[in-house]
Amino acid sequence: MTVKYTKDHEWVRVEGDVGTIGISNFAQSQLGDVVFVELPEAGRVLEQGKEAAVVESVKAASDVYCPVSGTVIEANQALVDDPSLANNAPESDGWFFKVTLSDPSQLDALMDEAAYAAFVEESH
Amino acid sequence: MSMNSQGRPSAIPAAGVADAVTGTFTGNRGLQIEEPLIFEQDAAGRCGVDLPDVPKVAARLGGVKPRAKVGLPGLAEPQVVRHYTRLSQKNYAIDSGLYPLGSCTMKHNPRLNEKMARLPGFADVHPLQPLSTVQGALELMDSLAHWLKTLTGMAAVTLAPAAGAHGEMCGIMAIRSAHEAKGDTARTKILVPESAHGTNPATAAACGYAVESIPATADGRVDLDALKAKLGPDVAGLMLTNPNTCGLFERDIIAIGEAVHAAGAYFYCDGANFNAIVGRVRPADLGVDAMHINLHKTFSTPHGGGGPGSGPVVFSEALAPYVPVPYVTHGVDGFDLVENAEDGPAFGRMKAFHGQMGMFTRALSYMLSHGADGLWQASGDAVLNANYVMARLEDVMTASFEGPCMHECLFDDRFLKGTGVTTLDIAKALIDEGFHPMTMYFPLVVHGALLIEPTETESKASLDQFIDALRALAERAKGGDVAYFQGAPRLTPRRRLDETAAARKPILRWTPPVGAEALAAE
Repeated sequence: MTVKYTKDHEWVRVEGDVGTIGISNFAQSQLGDVVFVELPEAGRVLEQGKEAAVVESVKAASDVYCPVSGTVIEANQALVDDPSLANNAPESDGWFFKVTLSDPSQLDALMDEAAYAAFVEESH
Repeated sequence: MSMNSQGRPSAIPAAGVADAVTGTFTGNRGLQIEEPLIFEQDAAGRCGVDLPDVPKVAARLGGVKPRAKVGLPGLAEPQVVRHYTRLSQKNYAIDSGLYPLGSCTMKHNPRLNEKMARLPGFADVHPLQPLSTVQGALELMDSLAHWLKTLTGMAAVTLAPAAGAHGEMCGIMAIRSAHEAKGDTARTKILVPESAHGTNPATAAACGYAVESIPATADGRVDLDALKAKLGPDVAGLMLTNPNTCGLFERDIIAIGEAVHAAGAYFYCDGANFNAIVGRVRPADLGVDAMHINLHKTFSTPHGGGGPGSGPVVFSEALAPYVPVPYVTHGVDGFDLVENAEDGPAFGRMKAFHGQMGMFTRALSYMLSHGADGLWQASGDAVLNANYVMARLEDVMTASFEGPCMHECLFDDRFLKGTGVTTLDIAKALIDEGFHPMTMYFPLVVHGALLIEPTETESKASLDQFIDALRALAERAKGGDVAYFQGAPRLTPRRRLDETAAARKPILRWTPPVGAEALAAE
């Protein structure tokens, strides 16, 4: 199991050919209290770097980009019902959606946890 | 104190028990009344008017019957008058104080505008009246159109759009019509800079275009090279705000317009900030093909609850054929209206009728009473005021970009770093000082934005009061008084609201308190 991060502050956790995607703890701290999420439907084909979901906080609405290309197999209904999960458990129960990866080699260009921590430290 | 589902005190405290927050027995703060909802003031059977008995007639609704009582509250007339007067006294408006909401241009609406708009020949006309009876109103629309074209240097104008975003939609629909008329259907994208008003990408998407964003340079302007790299045969147009939402003039705007045109695309300018350049810069000279003008910003007509917006759109020669109907023309027997688009390339109409007549009257009144020299001075003073605010604050707050600004000045929250105080806290504390806060957290291109637009309305004395309050707050934040800020506002009818709970679990309907004689059950 590996977890990788993007410069847009999404994470993807890979188990087999399934990637679970969410926003990072840093992202939720910047957004403030999340009040609404819009998630992609199962079956939707997503392209790396394109809009996949919407997250709305008391401060702003932001797009969530898909870290890897793939087909959506499940969206997190618990997060839709209780958007505070994105704040309280951003990198566990607050996951957004799961995809089957169409090109696992895309993961190589993403950051691991240490590199992402350094990226956040450096740019903010 | 017991609270009802609206989070308000549900009753006046029992005699002899002072309210914990205000220290008064009523919960009132002097003349600031703790006003119950109008439904909570209901008394069964009370009625403010004496109506004649309704004659008994047979039901004519074909068997359709009301399912329940409507549930209107029963109040006497003075109760109703007091209720709405008290609510209005809790309102904050440009008529009650400085309103520095950046990007919104809350400027004074001269009372002459109101006098003109109330003339019966303008106020009491109906859009379906015979044209011969509304020649004066049509002449006013024609004059307004003339001056909007003159001030922008553009070839054509539609007055119909109801507000800025509606104007954007109108402009993009005209751009789409122009491409389609040439048989060019390959253009599927609209380019929008990062700092744009949120309505720009929304408009492009609503018109069926994919939105591509253009990054900004370190000095807050559009990255020309990045723009050029994205331009191509698949781009329908660029939507650009100038001056932009950082309060900065797009230095490369001529080159931007040329690059857009060279790629076969059209240049849409969001004219929301036209108030910074009116009388000084003509958008036509910048290469703009279409631009909406918020009459309610640039030309002082009331908005933000005080009146409807109005968003006329001006068009270049290239787009002029696609201007929607209706529009005023000079006919043989006076002014005429073109109402149908069947014979031309116009895409149709934006609105059932002709636009916001009351706003047309106010805007023309503003233009004519100011004159060319007055409009020139108004835009100059708006820019001067914003620069004065920035210059007097930049040693205690952090201006986001170097150099002078246009009509609004942008700060970010770097000056609060390490204090524990946020942009939101500063805004709330400013309310206690008697000012409406500035725009917060917009534009998104800087962190914790504070965007201040003083407009030309304010005198130096008024600006100094505001600046001194903000300086004091900035110093206080840096002095480590976090608790003060987190407790603000203290002097408002309601303290800090739980915006998160309100957004996550909104209560949108009043329900009678449990156990009370419910209105609906009457």
